Amino acid sequence: MQKMPQWADVVLIPLISLLLAAILSGLVILAIGEDPINALKIMVEGSMGSKYAWGYTLYYATNFIFTGLAVAVAFHARMFNIGGEGQATLGGLGVALCCLYLPWPHWSLALLGAIIASAAFGALWALIPAYLQAKRGSHIVITTIMFNFIAAALLNYMLVSVLKPAGSMEPATPKFPDTTHLPNFSEMLAPLGIEFSRGAPANVSFLVALVACVFVWALIWRTRLGYEIRAFGHSESAAKYAGISPTKIILVSMTISGALAGMMALNNVMGEAERLVLNATEGAGFIGIAVALMGRSHPFGILLAALLFGVLYQGGAILSQDTTIPVQLVLVIQALVILFTGALDNMVRVPLEKLFLAINKGRKTAPKAAE
Amino acid sequence: MTAPAIELKGISKAFGAVQANKDISIRVMPGTIHGIIGENGAGKSTLMSILYGFYRADSGEIYISGQKTPIPDSQAAIAAGIGMVFQHFKLVENFSVLENIVLGAEDSALLRPSLARARKELKSLAEEYELNVDPDALIEDIGVGMQQRVEILKALYRKADILILDEPTGVLTPAEADQLFRILGRLKDEGKTIVLITHKLREIMEITDTVSVMRRGEMVGHVQTAETSPPELAELMVGRKVLLRVEKKPATPGAMVLDVRDLNVTDDKGVHRLKGVSFNVRAGEILGIAGVSGNGQSELLEVLGGYEKATGTIQLNGTEIDLSGRHSDGQSRRARGIAHVPEDRQREGLIMDFMAWENIAFGYHHEPQYQKSRLFMDLAAIKQDTVDKMSRFDVRPPDPRLTAKNFSGGNQQKIVLAREIERNPDLLLIGQPTRGVDIGAIEFIHQQIVALRDQGKAILLVSVELDEILSLSDRIAVMFDGKIMGERLPEQTNVKELGLLMAGVTGEAA
Amino acid sequence: MDFLTLLQLLDATIRLATPLLLACLAGLFSERAGIFDIGLEGKMLAAAFTAAAVASLTGSVWVGFLAGIFASLLLSALHGLASITFRGNQLISGVAINFLASGLTVLIAQSLFAQGGRTPSLSGDARFNPIQWPGALARMREIMQAGPFQQFYSELISGHTIIVYLAVLTVPASWWLLYRTRFGLRLRAVGENPAAVDTAGISVVGLRFAAVGICGVLCGIAGAYLSTGLQAGFVKDMTAGRGYIALAALIFAKWRPWYALYACLLFGFLQAIALRGDVIESVLGFRIQVQLLDVLPYILTVIILAGFVGKAIPPRAGGEPYVKER
Repeated sequence: MQKMPQWADVVLIPLISLLLAAILSGLVILAIGEDPINALKIMVEGSMGSKYAWGYTLYYATNFIFTGLAVAVAFHARMFNIGGEGQATLGGLGVALCCLYLPWPHWSLALLGAIIASAAFGALWALIPAYLQAKRGSHIVITTIMFNFIAAALLNYMLVSVLKPAGSMEPATPKFPDTTHLPNFSEMLAPLGIEFSRGAPANVSFLVALVACVFVWALIWRTRLGYEIRAFGHSESAAKYAGISPTKIILVSMTISGALAGMMALNNVMGEAERLVLNATEGAGFIGIAVALMGRSHPFGILLAALLFGVLYQGGAILSQDTTIPVQLVLVIQALVILFTGALDNMVRVPLEKLFLAINKGRKTAPKAAE
Repeated sequence: MTAPAIELKGISKAFGAVQANKDISIRVMPGTIHGIIGENGAGKSTLMSILYGFYRADSGEIYISGQKTPIPDSQAAIAAGIGMVFQHFKLVENFSVLENIVLGAEDSALLRPSLARARKELKSLAEEYELNVDPDALIEDIGVGMQQRVEILKALYRKADILILDEPTGVLTPAEADQLFRILGRLKDEGKTIVLITHKLREIMEITDTVSVMRRGEMVGHVQTAETSPPELAELMVGRKVLLRVEKKPATPGAMVLDVRDLNVTDDKGVHRLKGVSFNVRAGEILGIAGVSGNGQSELLEVLGGYEKATGTIQLNGTEIDLSGRHSDGQSRRARGIAHVPEDRQREGLIMDFMAWENIAFGYHHEPQYQKSRLFMDLAAIKQDTVDKMSRFDVRPPDPRLTAKNFSGGNQQKIVLAREIERNPDLLLIGQPTRGVDIGAIEFIHQQIVALRDQGKAILLVSVELDEILSLSDRIAVMFDGKIMGERLPEQTNVKELGLLMAGVTGEAA
Repeated sequence: MDFLTLLQLLDATIRLATPLLLACLAGLFSERAGIFDIGLEGKMLAAAFTAAAVASLTGSVWVGFLAGIFASLLLSALHGLASITFRGNQLISGVAINFLASGLTVLIAQSLFAQGGRTPSLSGDARFNPIQWPGALARMREIMQAGPFQQFYSELISGHTIIVYLAVLTVPASWWLLYRTRFGLRLRAVGENPAAVDTAGISVVGLRFAAVGICGVLCGIAGAYLSTGLQAGFVKDMTAGRGYIALAALIFAKWRPWYALYACLLFGFLQAIALRGDVIESVLGFRIQVQLLDVLPYILTVIILAGFVGKAIPPRAGGEPYVKER
């Protein structure tokens, strides 16, 4: 007997969780003396009301797609990769070294090179905790947290002591060469005769993120490897029975996860800043957790969740300009989403399952009663 | 007349769809040792866990010394003078013996006086009952026999008048078991009431005053030990339910398919699980392995299935198989023609959250027929194959997109069987083929196994159901304590003889 | 390096180790009871803000202190609700709590004080002030001229806030509570084998909530100290990863109170010398990258976790919600 129809699990539970998060956020806004309805209007307008607004929303969403996919791939193998932040930081380093020290004739080649560099750096940063988990039993959550801090310090060191141009005070790399400039939406759409805001940072790496979604979808649901990852994630004992090696799955899934997190740097480092600065990731690695939970670890869900968080981040930024509500409101919403879709899942799920069970019983017994 | 120490009236308990106890009533007189015997899964442990407040009964009443006593939790049970030694000890591994004993029964908020009193008390208990343990030793450093003493001491320290022991000798050597029985005898002399849960007839005969027999969640009989015999108990325990007659011709064994010699397995904890097991299976025959579960059958299947290391030799069709675990796993075994229906389909055989079609490919997901290209699986082919297999094995509902956990036990098992049997293996390993399966499906599953045999395949059947072993096997081997106790031909043996072998009693003693 | 510089370094070590120690012991109680807590950071942050805000509004540091503890306790209750009552994922709950605190503190700070997510600077009775011990010298000039014993007494022993002394006392108190009381025995047992506790007739849920509560109180003190003792007021994200360093120290200490003290002093010392690059250079003769000092606690923890230097074995039932086996 099925407890609950699948659509309820996939759609209804996230929606209820989101609604709960939204109501609580609304109460928070009320509590600090602002009007939640007005705030919502400003956020929607600010994130979707113009091409410029969309340009920012999609820019943020691109970051979140990468980190959300990263968390999701690891989730499928029942690994909690909390190190997306560090892996994205390393990815940034990879992109910077690749753009600064290799001569690129054209941005398209540079993009390919940067994809490889960012993925490799991110993967490496995830591979060490994965190895320690698989071979030494070190808890992946703790090691990936530690690796976030180590990555931040490493970046700090590289920027201050190695990559900073002589004479500069700011801990940042020089600007990347023009040949590595990725076309933004305005430049991409101009040949098609479509005008797009020139100042907005959304760029071609959004398309790379979409490709990554398709890639992850195909990986998880169409390949043998993905099948093995999911099998291992659902039941380690069954995986052993079937001859699936736990070590291999942990290493491979975390490598892919780290590579995806690292590729976020294509967007924020190569596409937007065009140089590497301190704290370039701005917490996007952690937002990946919320995005993956919300999107139920499915690339399509992640795409939607990433767009939602893109709206939240851009809308939140505008909100903080137009009202006295600080941008940290977004953090609160993010926390509530993680709380309700992750830790308090049972609070929403159990009553809903009971409800569906009651409805089903009602349906079964009703015709009998009528006879 | 004195009131019974324990009286249970109409106890019922269900776990989800499984009815573990059905309307059970039982009376135990004070100062006696009462045995509860039954096969694995008969509901003995559940019943006693209810008495100890670990589980709550769905219905029924508990009387202690004639008083109606509700027992909602273990605290109430302890207060009512009940102590329980669980099959899996409830001890804190890195605590000392003394700390484990006082845990939950401390005198005051400060530990020191409690420990001091416990130390004194322990000394006198040790003298009284021959229960010597080093109070300062850590649990993880002492043997299981000692750990069991700690559990008994825990109960006595809490002034238990009623002591429940769940399969207490399962982990003990024969000498330790004898010592335990001496201790129990002394406790009885002191006026304590003891309930002993076991599946071993020898123990019942040796030590108990009265016996209750359980089968499939129901109480099937209460007898005085002095007025019964092992064969009678074995019969009650296994049940004389309608033998499911399986239509089968006499076997025509062919070439040797599986030859196992001197197989030994030691687990991570250093426990010797298989002790020099040797046997063989020929093409076109079913070798049934009978035995109470936990006597090495699971390890045997795991070794043959490729996911447990062992020493010894195994030959398949004349060529040796690697047992070191380095060059082999479940997939290489499958490639060599060994199919495996595992004992625990929910933990191993199926991924409960996977859909039926995903489970049909499980373990065989590398097979060429399921691939579209080097990278991609051919989902359409798998789904088509699933539809075919579901119809041939009459899986209901025949929906390849339904998740495994939403099928009934019998249909889950049919999915596993369809996957394994249709591979046309040289050797089929099959564990507990009908556990948790409804009658209709049992018949179907048995027919499939016999049909595979008639195609000339070798089959190794492991089951705790003696009926099943008797009606399916062409030869029967009985396992006890990691060893093969003997081989019998089904037409030359009976439930009684096998039951005794399963309990570790060899020919002469019976 | 002269003696006085060393003393100054150690003095800074003690001040910086104090919040780490309190948070580390907080984590110790929670994790010893089987509840993983990566939300130490968030609870400290919430307490830091609440303490500073209330102290600023009431002018009393003690009222602020209590309010800080209360805020931390609220988040603890949330963690308990998610991980004990609803048997949710303890790690995810911790992550959420960290974000919640990080966001809410700034939000409320901005709404109350409109100073860009800060509280006003605290002074006088609104913060914890150093306690001068009898006979101790207060002025730097006097200390410089005093003998070594007087320097030691005045610089290192005297002149800390009450919370620092409290934190030091918390170590033996925690040890005593854990190893010398009935409560401690049960708490340690529930983190190792909740079934043993359950069958002994003790409530697993009750014990775990108690542990999470203690964790909340200690995190609250740690946070309050940050904003009203170590510094004079709240600034956004002022915990700056201290909750995670405390977690690292906890692993380093292998979940034992006295070792937690040593680990936190070590990590505090690393933080202290990271601020004094000049001292390192003069002692070692070469420069050490300050970033290396910053990450040393994390690197050391990874090495410990990998089991290369003594294996850190967490409480056996840690991270798993208790469900009676079937």
